[in-house]
Amino acid sequence: MEKSWEPKILAFLCNWCSYAGADLAGTSRIQYPPNIRVIRVPCSGRINPLFILKALQSGIDGVLVSGCHPGDCHYLSGNYIGRRKFATLKRFLEYLGIEGGRVQFSWVSAAEGGKFSQMVHEITQEIKKLGPAKRFVKREDSRAIKFETQNSKDKTILK
Amino acid sequence: MSQLAIQEKIREKAKELLSKKEVDLIIGFSNWTLPLRTTPVFIRTPEGTESLIWNSFCENNLATYIHKFSRFRVGIIVKGCDARSLTALSLEKRFNPERVFLIGVPCQRMVDRKKVTKAVKGEILRAEERGEEIIVEGEEFKTVLNKKDYLYPSCQVCTHRTPIQAHVLVDDPVEESPLVEIHPGVNQFEKKTFEERWRFFEKETSRCIRCYACREVCPMCYCTECFVDDYRPKWIGGGLQPQDLQFYHIVRAYHQTGRCSGCGACERACPMDIPLTYLTQKLNQDVKELFGFEVGLNSKTPPPLSTFEVDDKGDFIK
Repeated sequence: MEKSWEPKILAFLCNWCSYAGADLAGTSRIQYPPNIRVIRVPCSGRINPLFILKALQSGIDGVLVSGCHPGDCHYLSGNYIGRRKFATLKRFLEYLGIEGGRVQFSWVSAAEGGKFSQMVHEITQEIKKLGPAKRFVKREDSRAIKFETQNSKDKTILK
Repeated sequence: MSQLAIQEKIREKAKELLSKKEVDLIIGFSNWTLPLRTTPVFIRTPEGTESLIWNSFCENNLATYIHKFSRFRVGIIVKGCDARSLTALSLEKRFNPERVFLIGVPCQRMVDRKKVTKAVKGEILRAEERGEEIIVEGEEFKTVLNKKDYLYPSCQVCTHRTPIQAHVLVDDPVEESPLVEIHPGVNQFEKKTFEERWRFFEKETSRCIRCYACREVCPMCYCTECFVDDYRPKWIGGGLQPQDLQFYHIVRAYHQTGRCSGCGACERACPMDIPLTYLTQKLNQDVKELFGFEVGLNSKTPPPLSTFEVDDKGDFIK
């Protein structure tokens, strides 16, 4: 089972640069790992941190957000605004004890099919090293866990 | 100035504002039925100002109530943290600053009632404040406690006790130095290993009963529809599954990035005693480190996540 495990990576690609970059990689017949599932978004600034968290909670092993290089945003400042959100979110997740490597960000332009392929290779390797996501993952059979109330010693079990 | 003198000045100012009809309403603190506790009051008549009080238990963040009285001209009694929350709210255009009058009280740091309750055996029936001491009385005991040992962690680290944004200050500004450099919660949490940190977070959040008191009490949580109430898309499950609780706590804290004044109201409101300020204080530290921003100090600087600098740090991006 462990041997055949392949990470699932969710990629949010911006419509104007990274999605076109991924497309270029495809049309140029550049190979990259099939672990990524792409969702096309209008801009990397569109990414609400809730998307990333929801993906991690749903059992995705890694999330990639990719947008235009700084200064190249189709909407002028979307990626700059996104960058601030990503910086704080990544730090916050690491602080809480969720592997920061599961949340990846990149700038890929429409002309960088090669870079896209190489980057997907890199992050797939990185996430393979981290192993399957265990923390924060909601499964069908997840139940409320046992806990002891602070004041009394009687155990409360919510099932 | 003694606290009684401050209290007198607050009443005087409130009375003046109400009788001159400069405001329709004063939001302040009043005594309640329980010792160690105060309650927010909303006063509309000059005579009513006699019930206003000031002591070390005026812990609520009154900025929370500003949303409810947007049709009125409001006078509001503010500590340092309340004033900073109000500045942050005015930046987000939540109210018209011209219709709000701030009566600023330099804060003497608030006393943690839970710590006091734990320090004595038995039920506290009376509590009195005398200078730097609190005298608590029960049926069989009378203890004198030093106020300094029973402060809220968020008050220990506070460096903005004087509400400089206020229209009038009832006392001289206080010296702005923290009692503790780093927030005790953040400090302890950061010392843990990666594994321990997650286990701590998992354990603490598992107690959550999703009463949303932390959300309701927070001045910055004003969305008419919170992400937990969204049905389409449904971000979060409705039950007490641990991952849903974790999701709620991560996002609640994250939504405070660059907006939290660090008043600690969320933690005080929690009926399950879940620590919460170690999350928001860390985000405040991050925002200060990354973007050099501190909440509520300036009514011109936009919130950090709604703006950008071209040379922001981006070394984590591939």
